[in-house]
Amino acid sequence: MSSRKTYVRPMKGWWLKNPFYVRYMIRESTSVFVTLYAAILLSGLICLSRGEDAWQLWISVMNHPLFIVFHFLALAACLYHAVTWFKVAPKVAPNFYIGSRRVPDMTITLIQYIIAVVCYFLLYWIIWRF
Amino acid sequence: MTNMPLDNQKTIQFEVMRYKPGLDDAPTIENFSIPFTDDMSVLQGLQYIKDHLDGSLSFRWSCRMAICGSCGMMINNEPALSCQSFIRDYYPGKIRVEALQHFPVEKDLVIDASDFVGKLESIKPYIVPKEERSLEEGEYLQTPRQRDEYEQFSSCINCMLCYAACPQYGLDNQFTGPGVLALLHRYNADSRDGAKEERMEIVNAEEGVWGCTLVGYCSEVCPKGVDPANAVNQNKINSTMDYFLHFLKPGKGKK
Repeated sequence: MSSRKTYVRPMKGWWLKNPFYVRYMIRESTSVFVTLYAAILLSGLICLSRGEDAWQLWISVMNHPLFIVFHFLALAACLYHAVTWFKVAPKVAPNFYIGSRRVPDMTITLIQYIIAVVCYFLLYWIIWRF
Repeated sequence: MTNMPLDNQKTIQFEVMRYKPGLDDAPTIENFSIPFTDDMSVLQGLQYIKDHLDGSLSFRWSCRMAICGSCGMMINNEPALSCQSFIRDYYPGKIRVEALQHFPVEKDLVIDASDFVGKLESIKPYIVPKEERSLEEGEYLQTPRQRDEYEQFSSCINCMLCYAACPQYGLDNQFTGPGVLALLHRYNADSRDGAKEERMEIVNAEEGVWGCTLVGYCSEVCPKGVDPANAVNQNKINSTMDYFLHFLKPGKGKK
């Protein structure tokens, strides 16, 4: 009896259709760079444990322009990931209260930046101190 | 309803999605030239088409003041309430109006909302009192903080813009979706409610909060300032807690 014939629109290429989705996909794809960087760093540690020759070989491979370019790309990807993550973190966090007032989203984002900066300086200090 | 002044009349191009079920295989775009005044909304532009240019154009609307949630559409590829979007903000560009994304198109700008409505019913979108109180005992009291836990989520008007903004729902409509999960949280987070246990089964399911990948566009498009992404992601924590607590409560371990 019913003459309904609904049309379901295809989703092909959905993430290119809105700048918001493009930014989301970039945020998610930064994980590829983080994974590769972690693997490279791990290979460096393995080389270090195998003695000086292996370590020197790893260093010389790292000096290849392609690896230097990759490290800059990975740094950019990590920074993009950090900035976007700090921005969405208040959505993931439970509600925090000081007294009876809810901690605003901005404060949560700001605290993360402060923690990040403190960590960087701490790391910098540890490396140069020891 | 539309009394058009004749002098200095500005016109704007509307590109409207048309779909006639049974006649068209796929939607097409039809162009209309609309005379407008600065106080006209996109909805009024569509009403002008229906009144003066093509009476067969179908679209939903009711209150014209962003409270009924009926007139959600894709306006220049962004989910928006057409009553709340003003033509002047798009002029001198064109306005492309399409049916809400991710829903099956019934005709022209009308979508089939039955999936959303079914999901909405499934979450018991009402307070199930924790304890019965007689009238003599008075009202259910709440502190401002207890109210704060759910208040923003109670502003939802079921307009489905967040569903049109959610690619996860578009890719797999088994996902419960942002609006319904936000409303679920509205009742679960209410100190007077006692049905959390039942609703958590919907939260914990594969189609529940775990279908969300935090795109976050749902919260951007909400016309009432609700933050569905926050509701969904707070419940990822609740769901995890629920999972581990079930180990500690023998006899309650269903899943």
